[in-house]
Amino acid sequence: MTQVNIRPSRHNLYNTHIIPVRFEYFAPSSLEEALELLNKYGSEAKVLAGGTDLLVKMKMRVVEPKYVINIKKLKELSYIRDEGGEVRIGALTKWRELERSDVIMKYFPALYDAVKAMGGTQIRNMATIGGNLCNASPAADSAPPLMVLEARLILASREGEREVPITQFFKGPGKTVMRPDELLKEIIIPKPEPGTGSAFIKVARTAMDLAKISAATAVKVEDGRIKFARIAIGSAAPTPVRAWKTEEALKGKPFTPEVIRENVKLVETEISPIDDVRSTAFYRREVSKVIVEDALILSHERVVKGWMK
Amino acid sequence: MKIPIEFTLNGQKVRTEVEPNELLLNLLREKFGYTGPKYVCGIGECGACTVLLDGEPVLSCLTLAVDVDGHEVTTVEGLAKSRELTLVQKALIEEAGVQCGYCTPGFVIMIDKLLKENPNPTEEEIRDYIRGNLCRCTGYVNIVKAAMKAAEELRKGTTKVAEISKE
Repeated sequence: MTQVNIRPSRHNLYNTHIIPVRFEYFAPSSLEEALELLNKYGSEAKVLAGGTDLLVKMKMRVVEPKYVINIKKLKELSYIRDEGGEVRIGALTKWRELERSDVIMKYFPALYDAVKAMGGTQIRNMATIGGNLCNASPAADSAPPLMVLEARLILASREGEREVPITQFFKGPGKTVMRPDELLKEIIIPKPEPGTGSAFIKVARTAMDLAKISAATAVKVEDGRIKFARIAIGSAAPTPVRAWKTEEALKGKPFTPEVIRENVKLVETEISPIDDVRSTAFYRREVSKVIVEDALILSHERVVKGWMK
Repeated sequence: MKIPIEFTLNGQKVRTEVEPNELLLNLLREKFGYTGPKYVCGIGECGACTVLLDGEPVLSCLTLAVDVDGHEVTTVEGLAKSRELTLVQKALIEEAGVQCGYCTPGFVIMIDKLLKENPNPTEEEIRDYIRGNLCRCTGYVNIVKAAMKAAEELRKGTTKVAEISKE
């Protein structure tokens, strides 16, 4: 008989039916209370919002926080407000609410694409947009669209609030500029100037999977020339990144398929992808150009042909 | 440190005490004996532990038990009226959308909810709605057929939307 050497996968070894971590639990009922707790326990605490990332990591013992601050009761952080020139989204707003929002669909097609591409129905009923950002995965679906839409984030602490452009928010995988005592409170997205189109394209193995690579673009064409083209790439560097050089190269050029194809070649010089379980650096570099090209054309097409169904 | 919680489970008010690190799935299965929701992947990829929380499908293996305090939880057991099967359950049987049955409670909850939101879905809409549920036996064809069949009954008017299930 052949000896079969069955090694349990790491997943089976560590993924237990329980959370094998004991922690002190807090469920603040107001933002002040939450900030007070963060101020006290910040560096040893984890903030629990939707739980679709944190609880998985706790089950696998990737993180073992001493304190868990569950902010789900802070209903005041869940809203989508249209305030004329900009839209304000509470950090605890669930993806399902973004999906159902006419405001998001109307003004921010790239973000709407990302919402449709993220997880399944159940995950979207649980996960929050703030959690997606604070988790700071290079593959975070909300990041590239928010980057091309020039979103700003409001970080709150006991000392007060500060505003950070999303392009300066990420510092590395799982790392952001947030201090341990800070909480992401709000995402502000300015409405793009009329005539701007945007799109998000994600390449993943299945609809449920994380991105191998993703790209968001926002583009405005005036008299046949590119007034501005904003490009952001996900899963291709330690953080989601803007492709500043490519954007600069496209500026002022005529919006034609040839010009775009020629200029998006620059994209691969602005990313630093790696080989991992989902894809290879080579594949990511090659595909980055293709999806940026597609996203730029789709963005513009949405202005020409109209976007709302 | 035990935390007292009170919530509505399949239409009944229940009260219990839970540890902060206790998962809703384990509470439902072990303390209340509702074994409809299943533990499979444990990381939010398979949908077998799906329950309704205030009427919205969520994953009970990634929900802390303390979080349902004051809310309403419905498992697959809470969908049927008395001992009668629901529209979706009948359709799954008729279309042979069940083999080992492990994923079935998740699919029943999802298709049930889909039809209440959208009683006239296209095949694409069905597949998109249940993309968070994995089945390793039937390959989805019969499950989607069952959802189409249930939707057909709604279109024909043999079953009204309000009669899809109890919840």
